[in-house]
Amino acid sequence: MSGWDRQQMADRLAREFQDGWIVNLGVGIPTLCSNTDIGDRDILYHAENGVIGYGPVLPAGQEDLHLVNAGGQNVSLNPGAAIVHHADSFGIIRSGRIDVTVMGAYEVAASGDFANWKLAGQLGGGIGGAMDLAACAQRVFIILEHTTRKGEPRLLRQCSLPVTARGVVTLVATNLGLFAPAGEGFAVRELAPGVSFEAAQTATGAPLLPG
Amino acid sequence: MGQRSKVFGNFTEAVADIPDGAAVAFGGFAGPGTPYNLTRALLAQGAKRLTCIANTTGGAHQPRMPDIGMLVENGQVAKVICAFTAATRPTDVLPFTPFYERGEVEAELVPQGTLAERLRAAGAGIPAFYTPTAVGTELAEGRETRVIHGREYLLEYALPCDVALIRAWRADAAGNLQFRLSQRNFCPLMAMAARTTIVEVEEPVLPAGAIDPDQVHLPGIFVHRLVPIPPAPEGLWTTRRQERAR
Repeated sequence: MSGWDRQQMADRLAREFQDGWIVNLGVGIPTLCSNTDIGDRDILYHAENGVIGYGPVLPAGQEDLHLVNAGGQNVSLNPGAAIVHHADSFGIIRSGRIDVTVMGAYEVAASGDFANWKLAGQLGGGIGGAMDLAACAQRVFIILEHTTRKGEPRLLRQCSLPVTARGVVTLVATNLGLFAPAGEGFAVRELAPGVSFEAAQTATGAPLLPG
Repeated sequence: MGQRSKVFGNFTEAVADIPDGAAVAFGGFAGPGTPYNLTRALLAQGAKRLTCIANTTGGAHQPRMPDIGMLVENGQVAKVICAFTAATRPTDVLPFTPFYERGEVEAELVPQGTLAERLRAAGAGIPAFYTPTAVGTELAEGRETRVIHGREYLLEYALPCDVALIRAWRADAAGNLQFRLSQRNFCPLMAMAARTTIVEVEEPVLPAGAIDPDQVHLPGIFVHRLVPIPPAPEGLWTTRRQERAR
């Protein structure tokens, strides 16, 4: 089974971005969405720390140490960028002005619930801005490996871990393809090259629904 | 404040009167705005049973700079209120974590936007507010919610602080501040939430009036003490950060 690598997973979701969208990318694989060539579509990247309109990460020596994105990377600013404080940044989020947030996760459920802030038995957790974004963005897209390192499914009927938000995920990209939570199962929107429906079903903890 | 100058000659004097048991907010987000010099002075000052409010407890990156994790290691912290009380990568262990696991430090985990708004509310005279964030999660269990216009919201309380420690780019003698780029983050909100705001400033303090009133990011009303940061190596400056090796 070949499937998609991380950049291809990110590319597949980034191609869903529409012209004029305001996009918030989570740390890890989601940041790769900003590498995708989506032609002349105009995307405004928003970071939780109040940086609106950031551009590519700058190499060592060219960075401005006063400027990071939410992942702590030293980014550049695109023309038209603006800086606000944290309360205004999350005002933008809670008031529904983020068209899509793309996040990593440990688990996604067919109901659209997802979990990404706390592992089983862990004390404390890392919420960051995930709960605000998940509850308030217009769309929540998730990128994750289809199974754990032990081969256990991450796309499930119900999350086993504490959820970040309920019923919000509309699109999931994994190494096996593109899936949409659909209540009793996941609708298969696209399978990665070399991945059969049967193989994807075997790796999934909920029914897969054709097309 | 009257005519008394807000400018302090060194960090030690500026933090000298922070008492045991104080609630102290620390500005900064992934480097910019973090009060490294004031935190180092607070480590030497030794106040105990502190409640530390910040985005993270620190210690996830190299080079390690003075952070809440060091105050924890120094036995000065009773509680932290943060948006991260574990590393974002579960295989990482924060310096704070073993103290938390042994029950030596309490932790309150707060979504980042809720943390910012709780600080803003404290600075704006608002005692509490409703937010959609965290509804339906473990964080909302047993807490007050309310349906408004058909959507469920969670009640959150303002988070006042005794002291805010922040870093700014420029200040004038009246305490008016400017932040540069992503240095702003939580800093103005923490200053507004605090009774006493102490600022480490990157540029020499300007005479009052040198900053155009239209370009002030945080008015001096919310700023009580200014300490210019000396050049390195005496002063601590931000460097390019690297994630700790796995």
